[in-house]
Amino acid sequence: MNVRIPPQGPRLTVKSEIEIPIGDRHETEADRRSHLPLTHPRLPRWAPALVATLAAATSTLLALTLGWGPIPWVLVGVLLTLVALPLWARAVEGSRSAKDRLVTSLVWTAFGLALVPLVSLVWEVLGNGLGVIDAEFLTYSMRNIVGEGGGIYHAMIGTLLVTGAAAVISIPIGLLTAIYLVEYGGTSRLARAITFLVDVMTGIPSIVAGLFAYALFVLFFGEGIRFGFGGAIALSLLMIPIVVRSGEEMLRLVPHDLREASYALGVPKWRTVVKVVIPTALGGIVTGVTLAVARVAGETAPLLIIAGSTDSLNLNLFGERMMTLPVYIYYSYTQPGVPAEYGQERAWGAALVLIVIVMALNLIARAIGRRYAPKTGR
Amino acid sequence: MTTTTTPARTPKPRQRRGDLVFSGIARTAALVIVVALAGVAIFLTLEGLPALDAPPGKLGGASNIVTFIGPLLFGTLLAALIALVIATPLALGVALVIALYAPLRLSKPIGYVIDLLAAVPSVVYGLWGIAVLGPQLVPAYLWLDRNLGWIPFFAGPASTTGKTILTAGIVLAIMALPIITAITREIFTQTPTLQKEAALALGATRWEMIRLSVLPYSKSGIVSAVMLGLGRALGETMAVAMVLSASGVVTFNLISNVNPSTIAANIALQFPEATGLGVNALIASGLVLFVITFAVNFTARAIIARGERRLR
Amino acid sequence: MDRTPRPRARTRGLAVLGVACLLAACTPPNERIDPDAVGDLSGTLNGAGSSAQEAAQGAWQAGFQTLNPAATVNYDPVGSGGGREQFIAGGVAFAGSDAYLSEDEGELADARKRCGGTPAIEIPSYVSPIAVVYNLPEVPELRLSAEAVAGIFAETITSWDDPLIAEDNPDADLPSTRITPVHRADDSGTTENFTEYLSQAGGDAWPHEPNGVWPIRSGEAGQGTAGVVSAVRNGQGTIGYADASQAGQLSVAKVRVGGEYVDPAPEAAAKILEVSERVEGRPEVDMVYELDRATEEGGVYPIVLTSYLLACQRYPDQETVDLVKGYLSYVVSDDGQTTSASSAGSAPLSDRIQSEAMAIIEGISVGR
Repeated sequence: MNVRIPPQGPRLTVKSEIEIPIGDRHETEADRRSHLPLTHPRLPRWAPALVATLAAATSTLLALTLGWGPIPWVLVGVLLTLVALPLWARAVEGSRSAKDRLVTSLVWTAFGLALVPLVSLVWEVLGNGLGVIDAEFLTYSMRNIVGEGGGIYHAMIGTLLVTGAAAVISIPIGLLTAIYLVEYGGTSRLARAITFLVDVMTGIPSIVAGLFAYALFVLFFGEGIRFGFGGAIALSLLMIPIVVRSGEEMLRLVPHDLREASYALGVPKWRTVVKVVIPTALGGIVTGVTLAVARVAGETAPLLIIAGSTDSLNLNLFGERMMTLPVYIYYSYTQPGVPAEYGQERAWGAALVLIVIVMALNLIARAIGRRYAPKTGR
Repeated sequence: MTTTTTPARTPKPRQRRGDLVFSGIARTAALVIVVALAGVAIFLTLEGLPALDAPPGKLGGASNIVTFIGPLLFGTLLAALIALVIATPLALGVALVIALYAPLRLSKPIGYVIDLLAAVPSVVYGLWGIAVLGPQLVPAYLWLDRNLGWIPFFAGPASTTGKTILTAGIVLAIMALPIITAITREIFTQTPTLQKEAALALGATRWEMIRLSVLPYSKSGIVSAVMLGLGRALGETMAVAMVLSASGVVTFNLISNVNPSTIAANIALQFPEATGLGVNALIASGLVLFVITFAVNFTARAIIARGERRLR
Repeated sequence: MDRTPRPRARTRGLAVLGVACLLAACTPPNERIDPDAVGDLSGTLNGAGSSAQEAAQGAWQAGFQTLNPAATVNYDPVGSGGGREQFIAGGVAFAGSDAYLSEDEGELADARKRCGGTPAIEIPSYVSPIAVVYNLPEVPELRLSAEAVAGIFAETITSWDDPLIAEDNPDADLPSTRITPVHRADDSGTTENFTEYLSQAGGDAWPHEPNGVWPIRSGEAGQGTAGVVSAVRNGQGTIGYADASQAGQLSVAKVRVGGEYVDPAPEAAAKILEVSERVEGRPEVDMVYELDRATEEGGVYPIVLTSYLLACQRYPDQETVDLVKGYLSYVVSDDGQTTSASSAGSAPLSDRIQSEAMAIIEGISVGR
C-alpha cells in the first residue's frame, strides 16, 4: 500500500530507509528539522460551531428580508457553512485539512438530510393520525358508515388473519430450508443453488408476488377471484427468504461443541437438531420471524390484487374479500367518499396504527434477539 | 474356485429411520423454494403470453404489447435512476457517519434510527408523498421552471400539485436509502482496522484515510449495495402509484404534470378495473419487471459473492 | 449444561391469552343486529363501476345492509369502463355505469352472452349534475360559457385572465395564473358525458370525439372522481369536472345556458331526463336515455350524467337472484332514492321511471 504524503504542511517527514546517524549528517538533519514547527496551526475546537451559527444567522437574515420559505432558508445556511468552514481551514491549516473538513461537513449534512424525511413523516403521521384514534376507531368496522364515524377493526383483524396465515405457511418451510442448508446441505450443488435463489428471492417486487398468487388461483376459480388466503400465499412468498436467511445465520451461530457432545452421547442427528440446535438458536429465529412479519404486515400491492377490499368484518380466509390495514389506508385516502375529510382522516389514523404495529414488532424482535442471543463468546 | 478374500467393506452406518425422514423433510422444504420461484416465472409466462395478441382496447390505446410495455419500462428506469442519483451519495454519507465519524456510543442508536426508515410501510410513504412532500415541492418546481427552464429536464410548465416523477423519485430514494446504508456500513466496519490505523499513523487526515484504505476495499461492496437499492426502487409499487399523476407518455420533463408511469404502479392502478386480455397484458408487464429485478439482484449477489471469495 | 434462558411460562401464557382475545373477534358494535332489521337476505353481492355513483352506493349499501344484516354488498368504484368490462366478464353480479352498453363496440352482445342469452338489464338509478370545479381563491364566483369550458379543457385557453373568460366575469379579479385542467385517468362515464356536452355545446372549440378515455395526453390526471377532486383541491389554478355529489368544499362554476348562468343543482339535472327520449332499438328491459345536452331551455343544467345499474335477468343460483332483486329494488324505491338524494345530492327518479324499473327487476329469476 502506498501512502503518498504531499510535501506541504506535514507533521512528520517519512523516510523510507533507516536513518543511521553518522557524524555531521545527523546534525544537519537535526538542523533541518529544527526549522519545522513541531505543532501545526489548527482551528479552535469551537470553529465549526461558530461557522454554523454565523451561517444560520446570515441565512435567517436573508430569509426574513427576502421572504423565503423554509427550504431556501435551510439550503442557504447549509451551503454557507459548507463553503466558509473549508475556506477558513484552508487559510489556517492547509488544503489537506480543508478537504478533510469539507468532507466531514458534507457527510454530516447527508446524515441530516436523511433524517429530515423521517422526522417529517413521523410528525405528519402523529399530527394527523393521533386525533382520530379513539375507542370507536379501534372497535368499529366500516359497515353501514356514511361520512363520519366508523373504524378499522375489520382491517386490523384482516391483517392479523392474513399475516398469521402467511406466517403459518412460511415459518415451517423457511425453518426447514434453513435446517437443510446448515445441517444437511453442506457445500452440495443443491445447497449453493438454494442459497443463491433465496438471496435473489429477497428482491421479488411485492406486486409480482401478488400477480403470481392471482395467476395461480385464476386457473382454478376463474376471473374476479378475491379472497384472504390468496393474499397469505403472496405474502409468504415475500416472507420465506427472510426467514431462511435469518434462520440460517442463527443456526450457524450455534457452536459445534453442542452438536458434537450430543452425537457423542448417541443422539440421532434429527433429535440433535430438534432438541439441541433449535432451542439454542430459538431467540434468534424468533427475531428473524418477527422481522419478517413486520416486513409483510405493511405490504399493500399483493393484497390490493388478490384480497380485495370490503367494509365489513370477514373472518373467513377462504371466503369473500377481506380488508387489511394497508389496503384500507390506500382506499380511504384515494376514494374517501363524501365528504372527503373523514375518509382522509381515517387514513392517517390507520397509518399511525400500522406504523405503531410495525415498529412494535421491530422493537420486540430486537429485544428478543438481544435477550436470548446464544452465548457464543464472540 | 479362486480363494480371493473379499475386500473388507466398512459397514455403512445403519440409517436411522428418523434421520431419513427428517432429512427428507428438510430437503423437500428446500425444494419447495426452488419450485416456488420456478412457479412464479412459469405462471407469469403462462398468463402473460396471451397478451401478445391483445387488441389496443385492452392495452390502454397502445398498438401492441411492446408499445404498451415500452413507456412503462422507460418510466420505471427513469424513476429508479432519479432515486439512485439522489440516494447513493446520501447513503454513502450516512454510512460513513455511522461507521467512521460518529462517536462509538452513538453509532448503534443512529443505525437503529436509519433502520426505522426501512420499517415504514410503503403505503404510508405514498400518503406522506401526496399530502406533504408534493405540495412542499411545488415552489421548488416553479423556481426550477422559471430559472432553469432551458434544461430539458426542467422544461415545465411546472406542476401545481407536485405529483411528478421527480417527487416519486425522491420518495423512492428515501425508501432505497436504508438498504444501501445498511450494507455499506457493514462493509465499512469490516475494513481491516490495521489498514485504517496504518494510514492514520502515517499522518493521513480522516478523509485521506477513508480514501486510501476504506474506499478501495469496499468498492465492490458499494456497487452491490447500490444495485440492491436499485432493485428496491424498481419494484416499488404503492408509493409511486399514489404520488405520480401518470399519463403514460415518454418524456424527460421531470417537473410537469405529464409523466410516464412505472410498471409496478401501472399494475396497481389498472388491475382493479382490468378484465380478460387486459389482465394478461398487466401480468406480461409484471413478468418483464420480474426479469429485470431478478437480473439486478443476481448481479448484485454475484458481485458480493466474488468479493467475499477474494477476501477468503 | 444448557444455560440458554427459556421464555418463562408466564410470558408465554400471557401472549396466548392476548392473541386469543383478539381472535375472539368480538363483533364490532356497528355490525350488531339492529332490531329494526326486517329483511332476511344473506350472502355477499359484488358490484363495480362508476365512481360518480360512489357516494350514492355507499348510502344504498348502508341502508340495505341495515335492513338485511346478514347480507353484505361490496362496490368497487373502478370507473364505468372497468365496471362494464367486469360485468361482461362475469366477475361481478351487477355494475354501475354512466354510459350505457354500446352496440357498435359489441358490449350489448357480450353482455347478452354473459347473461345466458337474455338481454342485460339497464335501469337508471342515479341522475346527477357534473360540476365544473376549480381552485382559485381570488375568484369565489366564476361564470363560463360553453365555448370557454371547451377552450379551457382543449387547452386553447391557457390563462385565467383570457378575454373569453373575462367577458363572462366583468366584476371578477382574474389573475394571470396558468390554468391546469384536470381530467380522469381511467375509462370513465363521467368523461364520456362531459365530452359529449363539450362537443355538442362547445362546437368548434372542442374538436375531439366524445369518449370515455380523455383524448388529450397533457394536463393533470386523477384516478377516479375522488382523484380529480383531490387534484383540483391540492393544486393552484386547477379546474376539473366531477360528479357534483363529491365536489365538497370546492368552488363550482356556473355554466351559461341561453341567456342565464345555471348552477349544478339536482332539480336542474332532473329536468333533462324529462326532456330526453329513450334510445331506439333496444330491448324492453334496457331503459337507457339519449340526453339532449344542447338544449336552450331555461333552468336546465346541461352537464348531467345518468348513471345506470346493469344486471342480468337470469342468474345460476337463487342466493344471487335474491340479493340482486333485493338490492336493486331498494335502490329504486322511495327509501333508496331519498337516501341518495340526501347523501349524494342526486335527483330522485320520477314515479314513472320508478315503476318501470321495478317491473323489470321483478322479472329477475334463476336460470342458466
